[in-house]
Amino acid sequence: MTAHPDVTDDRDSEAWLAALRADGPERDRAIARLHALLLRAARFEVARRRSSPNLHEADLDDLAVQSADDALVAVLAKLDSFRGDSRFTTWAYKFALLEAAVKLRRRAWHGRELPTAPDHWPETAAGSAAAASDEAASRELLATIRDAIAEELTGHQREVLVAVALNDVPIDVLAERMGTTRGALYKTLHDARRKLRRALGGELP
Amino acid sequence: MTDDLLSRLLGPADPELGCEACFDELDRYVEVELAGGDADAAVPGMRPHLAGCPACAEEHESLRDLVAAQK
Repeated sequence: MTAHPDVTDDRDSEAWLAALRADGPERDRAIARLHALLLRAARFEVARRRSSPNLHEADLDDLAVQSADDALVAVLAKLDSFRGDSRFTTWAYKFALLEAAVKLRRRAWHGRELPTAPDHWPETAAGSAAAASDEAASRELLATIRDAIAEELTGHQREVLVAVALNDVPIDVLAERMGTTRGALYKTLHDARRKLRRALGGELP
Repeated sequence: MTDDLLSRLLGPADPELGCEACFDELDRYVEVELAGGDADAAVPGMRPHLAGCPACAEEHESLRDLVAAQK
C-alpha cells in the first residue's frame, strides 16, 4: 500500500475527519486508509475467534474483508456522530470489531437450532455438578428460580433467558432469528432477570 | 458452576447500560481504562453491563486488546 500523505498520523482525529469530509482524491485516499485500518481490526477479531465452530480457514479472510467493507459503510454513515470522546481510530475500530464478531457468531451458529425451551435446565447443571453438600443452598435457590421462570416470566422472556443465560446463544444471533434487535432482546433479558430477583427477594445470596 | 449459573440467570444487581449505549461509550471507556483512569466512574453502568452481556463483553475485550496492541 502506498503512503497517504493527507493523514500523516493515525492518532490525529481532526486530520481524519477533515480528510474524510474533503472532496475528490483526498477523500478517496482517506477512505482507502480507513479501510486498511478497519481490515486490520477485523483480522484481529477473526484471528481471536478462529477456533469457533463452522469456521473454515479458507473463509476467514473473506469474512474479515466483508467485515471491513460493512464497517466502512457504517463509519462513513455515522461520521457526524463522532464526538471526539476518544481517538478517531479507537472509535472506528469498534465498528470493524462489531461487524467481525457478529459475522463470526452467526457463522458459528449457522444451521443450528437455538435452544430456547427450558426442557433440560437445570438438570444439565445439577447433573454435571458435584452434589456437594455446601452447594445444597445454591441448588435450592436454583429450584426456586426454576419455579419463578415458569410462573413469573412471559413466554418470550423465558425463551430469551433460556437461550442466552442457560445455553450461551449469542444475543445477536438470537435477535436475528427472532427478527428483532440486540438492544430489544437485552431489555427483555434484563426485565426477566429483574423479575427473578424480585421473586427471590430475601433468598438471594 | 452453580454460582456461575446463578450469575448468568440473575444478571448484575447494579444498574446497567443497554447494548446500544454500551457500544456508544465503548471507545471512551476503553481509552480511560488503558490510560489507568477510573473507567467505571467515567461510564457508569458499563461494568455491570459487561458482566451481564457476553457479546458486549467479547467486543470490549477485543477493543481493549487491539488498542493496547497499537500503543
